[in-house]
Amino acid sequence: MPGASAMRRRPLPGFVGSGLGFLRKQPFAVAGLAIYLTFILLAIFADQIATHDPREILFRGAYRVARYLPPSATHYLGTTAGGRDVFSQLVHGTRSALQVGVTAAFFVVVIGTLLGLLSGYLGGWVDRVIMRISDIILGLPFLPFVLVISALTRPGTTTLVASVALMLWPNTARVIRSQVLSLRERGWVEAARVTGCSTPRIIFVHIAPQVAPLAALYGSIAVGWAILTEASASFLGFGDPNAISWGLMLQDAFANQALSRGVWTWFVPPGLCIVLLVLAGFLVSRGSEKLLFPKLGD
Amino acid sequence: MVPLIAANDLVKAFPASRSLRDMARGHRPVLRAVNGVSLAVAAGRALGIVGESGCGKTTTARLLLRLEEATSGTVLFEGQNVSALHGAALLPFRSRVQLVFQNPFDALNPRFTIRRSLTEPLRNFGLPAAQWEAMIREAMARVRLDPAEAYLDRHPHELSGGQLQRVVLARALVTHPRAIIADEPVSMLDVSVRAGVLNVLRRARDELQLAAIYISHDLALIRYVCEEVAVMYLGRIVESGPTAEVIAGAAHPYTRALVAAVPVPRVDQDRGDLPIIGGLPDQRNQPSGCAFRDRCPLAFARCAEEAPPLRAIAPGRHAACHLA
Repeated sequence: MPGASAMRRRPLPGFVGSGLGFLRKQPFAVAGLAIYLTFILLAIFADQIATHDPREILFRGAYRVARYLPPSATHYLGTTAGGRDVFSQLVHGTRSALQVGVTAAFFVVVIGTLLGLLSGYLGGWVDRVIMRISDIILGLPFLPFVLVISALTRPGTTTLVASVALMLWPNTARVIRSQVLSLRERGWVEAARVTGCSTPRIIFVHIAPQVAPLAALYGSIAVGWAILTEASASFLGFGDPNAISWGLMLQDAFANQALSRGVWTWFVPPGLCIVLLVLAGFLVSRGSEKLLFPKLGD
Repeated sequence: MVPLIAANDLVKAFPASRSLRDMARGHRPVLRAVNGVSLAVAAGRALGIVGESGCGKTTTARLLLRLEEATSGTVLFEGQNVSALHGAALLPFRSRVQLVFQNPFDALNPRFTIRRSLTEPLRNFGLPAAQWEAMIREAMARVRLDPAEAYLDRHPHELSGGQLQRVVLARALVTHPRAIIADEPVSMLDVSVRAGVLNVLRRARDELQLAAIYISHDLALIRYVCEEVAVMYLGRIVESGPTAEVIAGAAHPYTRALVAAVPVPRVDQDRGDLPIIGGLPDQRNQPSGCAFRDRCPLAFARCAEEAPPLRAIAPGRHAACHLA
């Protein structure tokens, strides 16, 4: 192919270069990414990092459960009322938090983007049906609905992820739809029609890549929401009883009156981790907002 | 002369905004952007459609391209009625009638390389992949983008307006169409590159024996590239005929006003008053009789009572004026 020589000289795709420059200029986004990365590493190497089995009831001496141990070299954050190691629970809780956050965000993004694309490009009754459904969902109170779903079905991670996805897609769909409404009027979309592109090809090959960054932004917001929801549901006793999660740790601490006993090392760390992970999502989305809408002021 | 592409009595009505009174009365007001346009272009010929903003010339182009569905009337391509075609049945028509866009900065997908933009039509119209490269190079040579390698792997933002418009033209020509519709093809370009793009278009028309339709507000451009011209006013053709004759001896007062409005390259020239005043009337409150009556310096009693039909005034020439 004669184009080979030209291919070699092809410059770095624009988004790679601008992405690097963007990272330098966005300390908040970098901080958010760093927090994500830390938690991802924690989740991957949880088995190596955790000092104990998070479910194991520890004993000191004969038949004496090691409850409420203060922080020490063996138990970095002490132990729970049930004699379990807090630090190991915290590390393993990262897994369920990320699992819930990432899977829920994935479904939110996929459903929201797909419906937003169809709604915005096809218009007509498709648009009306999708938007009325999203109106209804946006009108439902978020947490109570998740709790009702969890109560009606088997409580567990799957139910939680499904109900978070069900409740959060309308936000993504609406923003994607409005973006598509403006994109569909662009000359090159018209050109795609004139040059014989089928409707699915216009939607998925021409328009979808343009809304991908926006979809990613809503994904990073959804990660935070999903983690918060999982923690709330677990705290209220609607989580997966067998999972080890930060929400469940908080519930355990609450039920054993850790606050009045002053066992700070039991309930502050999981709370802090939830805050950090949710914060990371918002930092990243704020940073990518700058990338997406550079004209927005501070 | 057998027309390659023809329109018969095309009408396009858009729903207009409803007032409370309309709703109370159950009226659904419509805005007729195109109101009974007929035209025909033969292979190797060029027709210019001229008129001011809002006269319906772009809607006419979109109707001819089947980007918009006509409320009534038909579009005939090679004798076949394409108004009723949909979806895949429209593909052969799409491959043979192409569009050149007004804004070259918006006409190419910003994420696609030039090569990919040119490949899209070839793929969509099912041409064998082995021919793509040769056809792309032929189209690039035809629009004088040489050497093609210097452009094919670039993205649109790396090219200038004139280069982009040539790429847009190459994309329109790459599938070897029979007709081409150019909607204000150079109005967004620097004056210095306009002639180049127009010459490329005209040469392509001659070499490929294309039927060409130019949409423009600029009579000077139309005179440069079109043998025939149709003047539109408020969705109707008010005068048509060979370009030179229409410009030299305009029969309709609106055409005369357009001719008088063509800028002359002399700064100190006193242009005198334009023969017409005001702007387009509100489509929904058109004057009775002749639509141009309220701006026409020659209007008289009959104009208010009777709309003048488009009638032959000389061989090949038509005008819609009681005085023509």
